[in-house]
Amino acid sequence: MAHQATSVDFRTKLQNWVPKLVLSPTLALILVFVYGFILFSVYLSFTDSRILPSYGWVGLENYDKLFRIRNWGIAVNNLVVFAGLYIAFCTAIGLMLAIFLDQKIRGEGLLRPIFLYPMALSFIVTGTAWKWFLDPGIGLENTMHLWGWDSFTFNWIKNRDYAIYTVVLAAVWQSSGFVMAMFLAGLRGIDNEILKAAQMDGASNFSLYRRIIIPQLRPAFLSAFVILSHLAIKSYDLVVALTGGGPGSATEVPATFMYSYTFTRNQMGIGASSAVIMLMTIVAIMVPYLYSELREKK
Amino acid sequence: MSAISTDTAVRTAGFARALIYLVLILFALFYLLPFGIMVLNSVKPLAEITGGNMMALPNVLTFEPWLKAWSTAQIGVEPTGLKPYFWNSIKMVVPAVAISTLMGAFNGYVLTKWRFRGDTILFGLILFACFIPFQIVLIPMARILGLTGLAGSTPGLVLVHVVYGLGFTTLYFKNYYQAFPTELVRAAQIDGAGFFRIFWRILLPSSGPIVVVSVIWQFTNIWNDFLFGASFADFDSQPMTVALNNLVQSSTGVKEYNVHFAGAILAALPTLLVYIVAGRYFVRGLMAGSVKG
Repeated sequence: MAHQATSVDFRTKLQNWVPKLVLSPTLALILVFVYGFILFSVYLSFTDSRILPSYGWVGLENYDKLFRIRNWGIAVNNLVVFAGLYIAFCTAIGLMLAIFLDQKIRGEGLLRPIFLYPMALSFIVTGTAWKWFLDPGIGLENTMHLWGWDSFTFNWIKNRDYAIYTVVLAAVWQSSGFVMAMFLAGLRGIDNEILKAAQMDGASNFSLYRRIIIPQLRPAFLSAFVILSHLAIKSYDLVVALTGGGPGSATEVPATFMYSYTFTRNQMGIGASSAVIMLMTIVAIMVPYLYSELREKK
Repeated sequence: MSAISTDTAVRTAGFARALIYLVLILFALFYLLPFGIMVLNSVKPLAEITGGNMMALPNVLTFEPWLKAWSTAQIGVEPTGLKPYFWNSIKMVVPAVAISTLMGAFNGYVLTKWRFRGDTILFGLILFACFIPFQIVLIPMARILGLTGLAGSTPGLVLVHVVYGLGFTTLYFKNYYQAFPTELVRAAQIDGAGFFRIFWRILLPSSGPIVVVSVIWQFTNIWNDFLFGASFADFDSQPMTVALNNLVQSSTGVKEYNVHFAGAILAALPTLLVYIVAGRYFVRGLMAGSVKG
């Protein structure tokens, strides 16, 4: 009897441990490859690392240098412009398309996938398509000239002051359909009874949207903002494919800056410090969001 | 999305409706235009692009650019076309998707049906991996891959993509299994079924939809990745996106726009195909990654 009891005990104990064992490879990987790596990068940002990691402590020198590098200033500035316009346009277009699609539109099943398919493409593909479409020599400008509109000029992609807006254009093209899908799901979740009641009271469509529907989309607005700002800060591929950071360094963003300082200019310490700034920016946006999402669930 | 009713209480009529249709159609054109131009110009001889109108239909229809992009175009220093890189991508994507999905399924199972103290915090820690800017891990990752001899290899890229995909796959399966009746699991436990038996026999058979969501999400993300491929791969492991970029950005010789466009479509085809075949699940994955649950 006693023997059997201990064996049962062992079995239940094992059963208690199996789930934790199954979860442990993931935890180990995440601890090392996410948290360990973050610590390592933060540490490197305080060292004199150049082409390879080195461990001479230099304190805040890299950060001090970073903020005095002209290209970093350009990169941060570009990110602010890019992220601001990207988020604003994606949200506005996404919301408009979602509201329009929600009017019992014939052919919705055809339009929806057309609005959304760019999200399935790689940013490198998107960049290639827009790069040549916007090229004044062979693209839109040339076409307009051939169609007889000789005074038409659209050379933003070659213009230092305007090139960043072509990145916005291509990025909005890629992501606005996704925002549309998020808003559409939100719209379809709204209780129709409230709307019907408001209509009986004589509310116009416009005030219906302004006062009842759009306020109820608050969660969708929040998610869209978080996802888009996160995509904006990470954006690297699109800039590489579309403008290569140029002309000159006119479309440099933090992600391209980090890459070139770390891997081509051999200033690993400065590269690491720029990565830390990027991480801190994202953390400042994500952590409050994740915290509220995880807490609400309970 | 398909389950959502299209019913709405808002009524519009006449002029407003016409305007709505007009705007929707204009935007449809806006979304179709760049890809349409790519397709159109990928079947034109180069002279028709450089000396002609990008928006015009081809005078001479040719599939030469497609063949060239696939098998003979100069990529980097080798005139190999995109073919070897296409296979590099496949060899990277298939194991990475399979491993990260399986691990995510187990994680979701543990985090919902075998809960223990502190599991919410662990889930939070795993979830955070979805949101870090990858720049913060590039340097240590290059170092680790170098030290373990995985640098420039496909297994190295598989490892990278598995690790940074785990947050998403765990999230998907956790949300999905949360809705699965725990009583069934408890009943099976009383009947003597163990941890793995319950998973294989009870949970996995009803996990079809979420497996599809996870596979599509991971496939699209990993296939479309550029940063890791550009940072950690060499000729034998470079994925399609990196090769396409090398093809388009190469500064030597004549710019063969038609070949670039054909190459870009080749790089886009697998994910587009997935989107066309299973777009419903694709949307669900996007939404689950943002608004949770």
